[in-house]
Amino acid sequence: MADEQKPGGSQAPPPEGGGAPKPPAKPAGEAAKVTPKPAAPAPPPKPPAIMAATPWDSDLARELKERFGDRILQTATYLGQNFIVAKPDSAIPVLEYLKLEADFDYMVDITAVDWPKRAERFDVVYILYSFPRNERVRVKIYIPDGYKPETAVGVHLTANWLEREVFDMFGIEFAGHPDMRRILMPEEWQGYPLRKDYGIIQQDQRWVQENLGIESGQ
Amino acid sequence: MPDQTFLDSTELVLNMGPQHPSTHGVLRVILKLDGEKVLGTECIIGYLHRGVEKIAENRTYAQFNPYVDRMDYVAAISNGLGYCLAVEKLLNVEAPPRAQAVRVILTELNRIASHLLWLGTHALDIGAITPVFYCFREREEALKIFEKYCGARLTTHAFRIGGLLYETYDGFEQDIRDFCNMFIPKVDEYEELLTNNRIWVARLKNVGVLNADECKEYGVTGPVLRAAGVKWDLRKAQPYSGYEKYEFEIPTCQNGDTYDRYTVRMEEMRQSIRIMRQAVESIPEGPIMGKVGKVVKPAVGEAYVSIEAPKGELGYYIVSDGSTQPYRCRVRPPSFVNLQALDRMIHGGLIADVVAVIGTLDIVLGEVDR
Repeated sequence: MADEQKPGGSQAPPPEGGGAPKPPAKPAGEAAKVTPKPAAPAPPPKPPAIMAATPWDSDLARELKERFGDRILQTATYLGQNFIVAKPDSAIPVLEYLKLEADFDYMVDITAVDWPKRAERFDVVYILYSFPRNERVRVKIYIPDGYKPETAVGVHLTANWLEREVFDMFGIEFAGHPDMRRILMPEEWQGYPLRKDYGIIQQDQRWVQENLGIESGQ
Repeated sequence: MPDQTFLDSTELVLNMGPQHPSTHGVLRVILKLDGEKVLGTECIIGYLHRGVEKIAENRTYAQFNPYVDRMDYVAAISNGLGYCLAVEKLLNVEAPPRAQAVRVILTELNRIASHLLWLGTHALDIGAITPVFYCFREREEALKIFEKYCGARLTTHAFRIGGLLYETYDGFEQDIRDFCNMFIPKVDEYEELLTNNRIWVARLKNVGVLNADECKEYGVTGPVLRAAGVKWDLRKAQPYSGYEKYEFEIPTCQNGDTYDRYTVRMEEMRQSIRIMRQAVESIPEGPIMGKVGKVVKPAVGEAYVSIEAPKGELGYYIVSDGSTQPYRCRVRPPSFVNLQALDRMIHGGLIADVVAVIGTLDIVLGEVDR
């Protein structure tokens, strides 16, 4: 089942076509072309291989579209939870906008998801909450391996440790981070444990031998 | 720690932990001192890292359930509730009302147990020996109820995805009522020992201040946030598991110092009793398990669900690829995020305040390191 993870990259742009005012003709046409797709591969009652997210219709989504245009790839909602997919280099402006203009003043979490078979290998996910609006939103970016997204420490201080953990577990370096070191694993450890190609019992043999004085930790 | 530290002869670098009774586990703090004054700290964590999130990807949804208890092991039931709610969200099912009521009762009881452990050890750090015995005496009663309900005292694995595995035992309601009646006078007893105690007040007032803006900036939640005057509790803000049915207050304070956090937590225990009393009188009849198949297999998608754990916002971000195992299970641990504010809280304080501030943050290293 895990093989069916193609979606994000190619599927990402279209759905949100609702706000008629600004979008040029081309994306709309693309959207029309792609929308029937999820229904197509299901002659037998097989669950869709991509998330059945629906476009997120709200003032905030429209505002974001207006402000950032095609730098917002998708605004969608799934199970009543809203998320925004932005272009990798727009994550920080979007977070800043959400904090200053839309009251999303509390960064709950930053994390990542590894999709080794996809061209943009990682999702970086920022989870935000707004105290005044009592509302949550997720901001996601899709980045290839080796891409260094800008740090969010300038927007929310709490990003400091959270980004360090993402670096520690996935090897995603955040550009401009004040202290980009491992946080949970030993500093000299080789490998990034939460990547999918890192085995469950894999370990840094050399580190274990040098520091623990044993042949293997298994 | 920068090298220049060693050039200035008045500054001293002191290592604290990881084996130190006041760090509540294996937390290592490097302190930069000028005499008794703390100029900076650096936390070194990860000694208890077990790769819980990696394990999740290699277990089925049901198999991973017991592992979450091992994160915040003094509030295992809260961890389990958050995880079950997150998977239920992905499955788009809800636990039946009876299961929800029992979940609320046990979770609140666990909140009290967790706060009692905090109070006892925090007071012990400050130098008050007596409260720890009193607290553990009452905590024992709570743990006995867990044991009678599910056979385990700490890592309980009390809930299942979709509801409960066990029906309540005979006399469960009476045990809860007895506990509530017994416990309220005990809180008064602790307060009598501490609240107006001059040493206690002198050690806690204006120590480790974190105001509301700083809390939001650092993502700090739970009692620490409420002590800074923000009336925010997920049980009220985004109710889950039927919390909207019960009447209770969100205790807050204004100064955001260690003493206020003490006040808030003491009041929270009283409010937990209030919730339990309402819940235990209105446990509905009916099934305890929702419509969840033997094999838990959510549709492709993702969900973030969080609850108000004793330490703050505990969230689970689960990504499903349509298989029986989570594709990614991220835990948003309150302790980890709250600990980050330690440096801000201690900065400029005295070395003796370090243990007070670590205690007041109420961290559990099992959850910090996962």
